[in-house]
Amino acid sequence: MLKNYFKIAIAVLRRRKFFTFISLFGISITLTILIVLTAFWENVTSAGYPDMKRDRSLYINFVVQENPKEHGIIKGLASFYYLDHYVGSMKTPEKVAISSMFTATNTYVKNKKLVINIKYTNHAWWDVLEYQFLEGKPYTAVQIKNGEHVAVISEDVKKQYFGESGAVTGKYIKTDNVEYRVTGVVRNVSVTAPLIYADMYLPYTLSKADYRDQSINGMYSAILLAHNKSDLEKIKDEYQQVVSKIPPPNKKYTKIYSHADSYIKSYTRMFSKDENSSGIGIVITGALVIVFLLMLLPTINLMNINISRIIERSSEIGIRKAFGASSGTLAVQFIVENVILTLLGGIIGIALSLIILNIINSSSLIPNLTLAINFSVLLYGIMACLIFGLLSGVYPAWRMSRMEVVNALKGR
Amino acid sequence: MIRLENIEKLYRTDTIETIALDRISLNIEKGEFLSVMGPSGCGKSTLLNIMGLLDAPTKGEVKIDQQTLTHLSDKQLARFRNQKIGFIFQSFHLINDLRVLDNAELPLLYRNITSKERIRLATEALEKVGLSNRIKHFPSQLSGGQKQRVAIARAIAGNPEIILADEPTGNLDSAMGNEIMDILLQLNRAEKATIVMVTHDETMAKKTHRLVRLFDGSQVQ
Repeated sequence: MLKNYFKIAIAVLRRRKFFTFISLFGISITLTILIVLTAFWENVTSAGYPDMKRDRSLYINFVVQENPKEHGIIKGLASFYYLDHYVGSMKTPEKVAISSMFTATNTYVKNKKLVINIKYTNHAWWDVLEYQFLEGKPYTAVQIKNGEHVAVISEDVKKQYFGESGAVTGKYIKTDNVEYRVTGVVRNVSVTAPLIYADMYLPYTLSKADYRDQSINGMYSAILLAHNKSDLEKIKDEYQQVVSKIPPPNKKYTKIYSHADSYIKSYTRMFSKDENSSGIGIVITGALVIVFLLMLLPTINLMNINISRIIERSSEIGIRKAFGASSGTLAVQFIVENVILTLLGGIIGIALSLIILNIINSSSLIPNLTLAINFSVLLYGIMACLIFGLLSGVYPAWRMSRMEVVNALKGR
Repeated sequence: MIRLENIEKLYRTDTIETIALDRISLNIEKGEFLSVMGPSGCGKSTLLNIMGLLDAPTKGEVKIDQQTLTHLSDKQLARFRNQKIGFIFQSFHLINDLRVLDNAELPLLYRNITSKERIRLATEALEKVGLSNRIKHFPSQLSGGQKQRVAIARAIAGNPEIILADEPTGNLDSAMGNEIMDILLQLNRAEKATIVMVTHDETMAKKTHRLVRLFDGSQVQ
């Protein structure tokens, strides 16, 4: 029976080449978009180099100062002092890694401008994150304390600044007219992890902004590493206590709030409007709406094509019914045909995604980004296909199954 | 074999009511070859559709093998048609996307039999209509007469006891028409199939056992 369905499905697809093309085009493009987006999502949200301990890490990206009287808020990254003084003295975390948002600096290599994104870190940074050192080692706590001009650079910077030469540890690199001695070279990090990525890492004591400044907001974020997963809640609780005890910085902004969040929530917090919402609901709803809209158009398109296909095939429907096919059997036949079509579209979509991901990976559009179709992305894709096939097949099949044999045979 | 009792068929629209069949009673014996004649629009095809359980009468009962069938569900009717009735239409109604063999196999798809058995039965039916050398062709590669022979093979592939033919020679020239008629007569004689044929053609009708004439929905002969 299935073989028969398959035969006729292929025959119908071949007969209506143009419509088949339009259908397959719609399905495969939509799927490609979905797969590429999910690959991005996977890449951004799942633990990856060098942030490997994400399951026992909490992130502080936002500190909010509120002026309850005038409904004003200041929302942004924290100051180094805030993170070092208040968060650094917490008991429950094993370590607290602190780093600044990356900023661009300029340097010139053989009269060619080179932009190097730098980031200031504390020493725990190198313990919490598992950077892979291609040579050398991180700067030490003592070097940080002494304000030594030392730097860890990425392999890209090494290549661009020093060329393909051998080891560069101990050599000097100059950017924004300041000279640093290289202590180590690490594997590149993708910019899709903006709070971790940099081309060059420097001790926080070298920052031009005074790290002793006691204001609440600044340009730093923190990663709190727990001894083990079960400690995460304790850390969150302790952090809330710490935040509640911080004295208000001025008379107007009397309330401070902030959360130690899991990786995704630490970003979605950006969209939240009040203290207690993590913003994850907003982001998920937004993502679902986008996915729904993306899938809606090809589904409606396919549904329309299916309906016209059914009217065209009314003689076949009439004949099948006359010779003993029940409405249910026929509905199944049409749904199976449709699923075959969408699965074909799915295969094309997956092939297209592979090509596009390959292009993204090899292009310099987003440096050091490596996207891959992994098992779960593939699963989403196939699931999306099946949902497609069912959504766009069920309604036309239902319409068809209601056709009277006599009318179907007359083509009405 | 087939018993129609006081069959009435009305078509209603918002404004008018048309009587397509008016109290038709008919008894067709097993092995009989009956033809139905009458001018266009007199209800011949409607009568055949009701006999074939493709259409429901407004009033009256259809009995086949002493079984009243008027109140069965869609699924039960489908199964009954599948087992007992084969249809032949004026415009053949072959599925153009399928090869001759797949077309002939159609009724067998809705029975619980293996694909090997299906192919055997369909090939046998095609042999009976003299088309065993065309099983891999598509309908578009056949002449009108050959198409109708495929349709007959499809109608008899499942060995139904009843064959209902709606102007089977209507679209064919007289030579091809005669060929088709000979096949039907042969089926009636050799396989003892009960055949009801709607036709416009008096010479064809004369070859059958009995002739029923309809006029404006009523039986006149």
